[in-house]
Amino acid sequence: MSESHSAHYNEGLIKKYLFSTDHKIIGMQYLFTGIFMGLTGAFMVYVFRMQLAFPGIHVPGFGLVSQAAYNALVTNHGAIMIFWFAMPVLIAAFGNFLIPLMIGCDDMVFPRINRLSYQIFFLSVIVLFASFLVPGGGFGGAWTAYPPLSAKAEYNLTPMGAPLWLIAVALEFVAFLLGGINFITTLMNARAKGMKMYDVPMVIWMIVIASLLFMASVGPLIAGAIMLLFDQFIGTSFYDAAKGGDPMLWQHLFWFFGHPEVYVVLLPPLGMAVEVITTFSRKKLFGYKTFLHSVYITGILSFVVWAHHQFVAGIDPRMANLFAITTLIISVPIAEICFLVMATLYGGSISFTTPMLFALGFIIEFIIGGVTGIFLGASGTDIFFHDTYFVVAHFHYTFVPIAVIGFFIGIYYWFPKMFGRMMDERLGKIHFWGTIIPFNLIFIPLFFLGMYGEHRRIYNYQHFPELNTPGLYFLRELATVSTVVMLAFQTVFFYNFVRSLWKGKKAERNPWKANTLEWVAPSPPPHGNFEKMPEVYRGPYEYGVPGRSTDFWPQNEPN
Amino acid sequence: MKNNSVISSPVLGVIAFIFVETMLFTSFISAFWIVRSGAINWPPMGQPRLPLLTTGFNSLILLASGFLLYTGYRLFSKRGFEERVRKIYFTSLILGIIFFLFQGYEWARLIRFGLTMTSSIYGSFFYLIIGFHAVHVLAALFIMAFFYKKLEKKGVFSAVLALWLFVVGVWPILYGLVYLK
Repeated sequence: MSESHSAHYNEGLIKKYLFSTDHKIIGMQYLFTGIFMGLTGAFMVYVFRMQLAFPGIHVPGFGLVSQAAYNALVTNHGAIMIFWFAMPVLIAAFGNFLIPLMIGCDDMVFPRINRLSYQIFFLSVIVLFASFLVPGGGFGGAWTAYPPLSAKAEYNLTPMGAPLWLIAVALEFVAFLLGGINFITTLMNARAKGMKMYDVPMVIWMIVIASLLFMASVGPLIAGAIMLLFDQFIGTSFYDAAKGGDPMLWQHLFWFFGHPEVYVVLLPPLGMAVEVITTFSRKKLFGYKTFLHSVYITGILSFVVWAHHQFVAGIDPRMANLFAITTLIISVPIAEICFLVMATLYGGSISFTTPMLFALGFIIEFIIGGVTGIFLGASGTDIFFHDTYFVVAHFHYTFVPIAVIGFFIGIYYWFPKMFGRMMDERLGKIHFWGTIIPFNLIFIPLFFLGMYGEHRRIYNYQHFPELNTPGLYFLRELATVSTVVMLAFQTVFFYNFVRSLWKGKKAERNPWKANTLEWVAPSPPPHGNFEKMPEVYRGPYEYGVPGRSTDFWPQNEPN
Repeated sequence: MKNNSVISSPVLGVIAFIFVETMLFTSFISAFWIVRSGAINWPPMGQPRLPLLTTGFNSLILLASGFLLYTGYRLFSKRGFEERVRKIYFTSLILGIIFFLFQGYEWARLIRFGLTMTSSIYGSFFYLIIGFHAVHVLAALFIMAFFYKKLEKKGVFSAVLALWLFVVGVWPILYGLVYLK
């Protein structure tokens, strides 16, 4: 009797946590899957950085790194960190959790499509891991998968790994398309009563615009991937120049997606940083509409810059000039956004809580990443810097703030709402400095290595006399040791996270005294989110309004 | 709770989906264009010519199907889901199936004449683009059949109509591009 009862209870548990259509549960599924994939990607970087700094070492926890393994690790580190960590965590997890809460509705418009989205995403994770286990090992043709290397098994030597990797990426895209349709429709059709377009919190705008950019850009990559799969499986010649195809075609299709993808993952953490910065400087966001329009312009421009990835690939130099110009123009709206954030901070009463530290760190480090990009966007200097570690350092200065720091902004800020308890501030600050200092010590040396001419995607620099000097090896070792230190400091975060889940201080509804609607719901919000559906009377950033007893003015309070 | 909507959610969802599909078809078309403009002989020597007229006739069947569904929708908005609307809906569905089967018959003939996916880049693109459209026709027909019972809801009918009109509307472009040149 009791056995059947417990079986019944288990079934309920499985139904609740595995097949739920509740947006919060789906958000959590994405969050924890994403964190797991992030750790996988982090382990990969540890292994190949060890090999680069100490060639031939038996890496503790992995063993000897073969050339094939090195290629597979580098490839999958890139792919995992962008497709299986940044996107699921920043867009899917926070998007699913925050959109209904912050626009004041009970769930997504299409809850079952939402569940299907996570199930397909989970399938893509399984297919990706399967690609490591097949004969020949995982795909090692770099995350950009340029043909003919990726198209022909006799070149890449991974007859099964390459197609499986491509299928995993395609499945992940399908999952995000379904999610994106949901996000856009929900924002358009399910806002709380009284919430006008310019009353929507900036992070929601950012997640929805990111979904739009993703949906506009992903078609070409899916088309390219279908053609690549045909080339791999049945021997068509879409990318084979000898038989009338065009290998450059893939590069155009890939980067038409690849460049907007940068903004797809940039915008959600930018929105989170805006929420955090306005809350903790107790000031209205400076220029809400200007901010939003700058993002629109950035999004549109991001579709006409893709060929700056191909300056040395043999495109027409006149075309390279055009793309250099558009690339430099896109820094104008981004600079505008940074100035708006600074203007918001100016004169605010700033409190340096952990989420605020991460938000400020995000803005500052991202600016370094953006500024170093100018050298790569100019087609002249790019001829020298192309495919060196300068490029690697540049895009990690954008992607690490986006994916890693952005993830921490969101977690530290919304943890009380997600789990109903507060995280430890002191551990949070230790974690912040333990992340940000080693992060700079990893990538500043890589800028110098790149300027010395260190080429990317090389397994052992001892084979290159000019690059096999003690000075350069010192820089490589510095970067590797900093990587290990940065990874080690993440244990502080996980300790803090797990401990706070059970032993953290109970969180009230609105621990940060913020204005947006998610703080009206109980912490954590129950199924259906709100006891009484909120109505909205004003914009999300009314802090320090003169003549009020409190310095914040929640969106749902009539007066 | 799903209040203040200008466009109903199913239609908006389908529009977002169609947006992605448009980008997808555009990518195939531009890839086709790039390869075709770089080729010396197009269509390449020794490859069979495509059946212009029969496929043109078949295109008319598909266009008729799309037009019928649209008139059915107009009638539906005026009078509800009545007998005539049902008949029009079924005719439209059957015309779609005829188009699909006829295309399959054409493919079988072309393969016999030696135009295959791997025979040349011409064949690869032909089967890629036309086949991709055929997959969409098939999927849309399944969706039309599947949602038959839920058609009384206006949002569902408009969503199905939007999807079918997209699949029908993209065909003349593909026909003009792949067959007529």
